[in-house]
Amino acid sequence: MTEDIRAIIREHARLTVDVATLADDADLYQAGMTSHASVNLMLALEEKFDVEFPERMLRRRAFENIAAIRAAVEELTAEKAG
Amino acid sequence: MAEQASAWVTLAHKIGASVLTAHVDDVDRASRFPRESIDALRAEKFLGLFIPKELGGGGASLADLTGVCHALGQYCASTGMVYAMHQIQIACMMRHYKGAEFFAGYLRECAKDELLIASATTELGPQGNTRMSSCALEYDGDEVKLEKNTPVISYGLEADGILVTSRRTVDSPPSDQAATLVKKSQYTLEKTMEWDTLGMRGTCSHGFMFRGKAHKSQVLATPFAEVSQQTMLPVAHTTWTSLWSGIAVDAVNRARAFVRAEARRQPGVTPPSALRLAETMNTLHLLRANVMDGIREYERVMDDSEALSGLGFAIRMNNLKVSTTQLTPQVVGQALAVCGIAGYKSNTKFSLGRHLRDAHGGALMVANDRILGTNSNLLLVYKDE
Repeated sequence: MTEDIRAIIREHARLTVDVATLADDADLYQAGMTSHASVNLMLALEEKFDVEFPERMLRRRAFENIAAIRAAVEELTAEKAG
Repeated sequence: MAEQASAWVTLAHKIGASVLTAHVDDVDRASRFPRESIDALRAEKFLGLFIPKELGGGGASLADLTGVCHALGQYCASTGMVYAMHQIQIACMMRHYKGAEFFAGYLRECAKDELLIASATTELGPQGNTRMSSCALEYDGDEVKLEKNTPVISYGLEADGILVTSRRTVDSPPSDQAATLVKKSQYTLEKTMEWDTLGMRGTCSHGFMFRGKAHKSQVLATPFAEVSQQTMLPVAHTTWTSLWSGIAVDAVNRARAFVRAEARRQPGVTPPSALRLAETMNTLHLLRANVMDGIREYERVMDDSEALSGLGFAIRMNNLKVSTTQLTPQVVGQALAVCGIAGYKSNTKFSLGRHLRDAHGGALMVANDRILGTNSNLLLVYKDE
């Protein structure tokens, strides 16, 4: 899943650095992601993993790094499976 | 309109009716800083009004602050705007300094000496967006150096300090910003553009080349993205819409006085303008209700950083700004229709030219299209729950 997330970030987050150089806990905003780009990232993640981020997850911090995004997506896919 | 009048608001009306009213026409005509008005507010400790009591300020609530802006807007919109902008910078510092020694001391100084704080958030160049910077803080030991070519620093020449945004470091991308408070003794301003506008002429929002140096402790540690979303935007939109709706209130007051004078001339006959006035009043109530609701919404979530970071809150605050700036010129236009040629003339007690010109600034100052554009983007993922 992390690789899928990284691929989506590469395509949609418009970072100013190569995502391959970023650790899972590296701050994506400090890597150049704008609020506008983060919306596109959310949309692409929703499409790829067939989930919908609820309002409580639509926070800057929920998308601040790869680990946080993975945790959010896992929570939603687990809910769906359960 | 019936508002809860705190002591601050009552005093603001008193200063407005005397000092602001005495100077508003000259401020507007000469496009000059409303010095007498700001000094009068200073003398009554209005500049430190929003600073917490433990830091020596007035400890006023958001309701008080917006009430004061609404009052000032009824007498001199430029004074109201200078005052609101100052309070926005104060709010950004006091809500995000996180105990930092420099800012605690500086806020005390602001309260004690009634310092006036300006801001430099926009930058000339391709970005044109307050959430992106080209300029960057250059660290040299404990010192930071900053140069910013900015199309506007409102009342820059009159300020005692400026809160300046930039990239956090020279290696940071444009969206990774920090806000730095630079004191007057630490910067120079080279005027690059003259503020000669249709309205809001007293804000003296000239363009400048800003060059400053500061101690690194003067950089606000909280990322500007957070400061902007949780404080700068909501305080701006609640204080600005309060003062803009103040312009509308005074325009309607003039229209009411006009209709009353007409009615007195022929008691028993309702003047035709009375119908237009009733219509105008209806729009004004709509406008004020929206502003009051926006203020209540911000007050409700003010200490809840989760809710403040939510998309729903951002959308609500953006809508507050857009709808108010659409309705304010509409109400003033309706009031002008009531007053007719007496309102169109610049030398009657029903004159509405300044109101109309000031009111048109709102939709352009942070363009509504840009704000609607942001909302249209957020709405792609926002789910109302």
